Amino acid sequence: MVNTTTITPEPPAELPGLPGRLGDLGARTRVLAGLLAKVRGAGGLVLIAALAALPLYYGITDLVNGYQAGVVAGRPVIHHDLSKLGFNFAEGLSDGAIWALIAIGYTLVYGIIELINFAHGDVFMIGSFTAVGLWGPLGLGLSTSALGVAGGLFVTLLVTMAVTGSLNAGIERVAYRPLRNAPKLAPLITAVGFSFILQNVGLLWRGGSPQSVADLIGAQHKVFTIGGVPILRGYLLAFAVMVPLVIALTWFIGSTRAGKAMRATAQDPEAARLMGINVDSTVSLTFALGGALAGAGGLVYAVYETNVWYFQGFQAGLMAFTAAVMGGIGNVRGAVLGGLIIGVIQSLSDSRIGPEWTEAVVFGYLIAIMVLRPKGLLGEQTREAG
Amino acid sequence: MTALLPAWWSRVLAAALVVFGVLLPFGFGTASGFMNATIIALAFAVMSLGLNIVVGVAGLLDLGYVAFYAIGAYAVGWFGSEFFSRVNVHVLVSPVVSELPGIHLSFLLILVAAAAICAAAGVVIGLPTLRLRGDYIAIVTLAFGEIIGVVAVNGQSISLGGGMTLTAGNLGISAVDEPYIPGIGSFGLLDLRPWYWLIFAILLVALFVNLRIRDSRLGRAWVALREDEVAAVSMGIPLVRTKLLAYAMGAAFGGMSGAFLGTYYTEVNAGQFQFGFSIFILAMVIIGGLGSIWGAVTGGLLLGYINNWLIPDVLNNLPSAFGFSFQLTQVEFGIFGFLLVITMVLRPQGLLPERRRRQELTAAIPAEDSQLSTGPEDAA
Repeated sequence: MVNTTTITPEPPAELPGLPGRLGDLGARTRVLAGLLAKVRGAGGLVLIAALAALPLYYGITDLVNGYQAGVVAGRPVIHHDLSKLGFNFAEGLSDGAIWALIAIGYTLVYGIIELINFAHGDVFMIGSFTAVGLWGPLGLGLSTSALGVAGGLFVTLLVTMAVTGSLNAGIERVAYRPLRNAPKLAPLITAVGFSFILQNVGLLWRGGSPQSVADLIGAQHKVFTIGGVPILRGYLLAFAVMVPLVIALTWFIGSTRAGKAMRATAQDPEAARLMGINVDSTVSLTFALGGALAGAGGLVYAVYETNVWYFQGFQAGLMAFTAAVMGGIGNVRGAVLGGLIIGVIQSLSDSRIGPEWTEAVVFGYLIAIMVLRPKGLLGEQTREAG
Repeated sequence: MTALLPAWWSRVLAAALVVFGVLLPFGFGTASGFMNATIIALAFAVMSLGLNIVVGVAGLLDLGYVAFYAIGAYAVGWFGSEFFSRVNVHVLVSPVVSELPGIHLSFLLILVAAAAICAAAGVVIGLPTLRLRGDYIAIVTLAFGEIIGVVAVNGQSISLGGGMTLTAGNLGISAVDEPYIPGIGSFGLLDLRPWYWLIFAILLVALFVNLRIRDSRLGRAWVALREDEVAAVSMGIPLVRTKLLAYAMGAAFGGMSGAFLGTYYTEVNAGQFQFGFSIFILAMVIIGGLGSIWGAVTGGLLLGYINNWLIPDVLNNLPSAFGFSFQLTQVEFGIFGFLLVITMVLRPQGLLPERRRRQELTAAIPAEDSQLSTGPEDAA
């Protein structure tokens, strides 16, 4: 579809066949639509202001009013500094590293076949389950030595990535490829269908309630402190997995033959096919890469949060999708940036507003992005965007 | 269908279906499980008709339809129970209920209120999606649906003053008034037939409205926007108004059905309003045939029966017969997901496809050079 924004703003004044009341409704909605268009003109700035609002507001209230840092001898200890905010950021950024790993999968797939892969979050969940399931056979437990844990986790990481990569590519083969030429709604619906199927597989695999798993690395242990903010092992793990994978992926897409094929297919599948690129296997490769990253995210999630749940993929998927849209869909750097931002928003909301509202806060931001800057912070890289 | 049979046939068929529908309850026990399933299936069919307007006819993928179920049900919770106990309003209610504190409106008024509130909510949800592409519409509606779900669960902590809160969260607003017809009496849960006739009447109204709109200027405008937005707008179809009317109409039916279900379940519990429900209704529309009115009704009834009768009452212990230790109700969403995938891959047009969409899906018009007229020799 062509970008319609240039054509649609002014519908004709009145349809002769409709009664006057409906005509009035039209006039009012036109005013509203005009307002929306004006807001969107400055959308990027408004969005950045909206994103900065939460940390700024809580930073200033911490400094001015102080916050309760603990209780000593029955009296609350009030601090006036930014370390609580720093703690929110540290926690949020490491959560965000997991969302970033998932968001890349959304963004790659959308970039290449313009499909929101709703089942992606559940592939992440299956990744967590696979990783946890591997610990037993590998003999990983609380008594394993540090070196053993490191080696075991590395093997788990590779196997999990292989499993979720193949799973994602398999789903593409079964549920999306037959619908490549169908209306866009069709693969989206099979994606939703697969999301439910995977959730129920997870439900039967590990039951309906969250299960805690062995805290292999002591995820909550403090490693060092920066400016009053404790840096935990879990944080380091999240970044130790995310950063090399993102670098490797960027290199793969930018410098290898297969990566070039991915970029070409994303730009124009027909032309790519004419140039001798096997479009089907390139799409499969894209799904496999996205799935593998989601699997890595699943492992990190299981080790860091020390619990797994069949429903974790649904929420994580929505967080990650919001991240991908926020960064600019189709844009790998954008997905990472968006993931980190969403992580921080989530952490701020968890600690200041209340975890039960976090979902609503994140979705509120999602709607704000859609209204203010649908192409995301770093700009979308899709065929429709040109 | 109409081409094969004489023109009066469809009228006879419709009349026969209505008579069959009205007489159906006499064949079953007044409070049997099958009656219960039938009532819920009919309510789902009304929702399916509503969502069909948005997704099927107007082509706007709405993944947050549960929002209207929630709002409709809360209309009952707010205006037909003791929930707002500090306020005393009674309009056309039974003598028993008129003694109780709270807002108590006649069920028909609540039905109208639910439809109106949902239509307004539909417009609010629709506004940010006006300029967005298809998938993004799906995401924004999903986000709204989830936000309304979160507000419903956490509504206990939103104070409206005087000790009253917005919702009762997972505790649920219970003891919702039963519908009351002056001179006849209130509906009871021992005799389900009045409930059946009520929802059957609502379904008939919804069907009538849908059939009339389909052939109206508005209905054709929706289809035109779905098929080609740019072409439709250049032909003078007002994009904003047409799309918003689709959202409002679709939402209104969801609200009416939600209000009915809220009353029928005698409780409005925030736990009901999950994302899965949106997909469940969407599955009805898709399995029935996107854009097809009879398809939406069929899909709604079919999945309604599968969900409320076949899975829990008939097949629930099937897995244990094969040595598995789970019940079929646990994986019902997996089953619906599977049905969605199978339908899309094997029969993307659905069970009773709309004529236009069937052509689109099965006989894809090849946009090739052979179609372009190159000269007089083409005519030969």
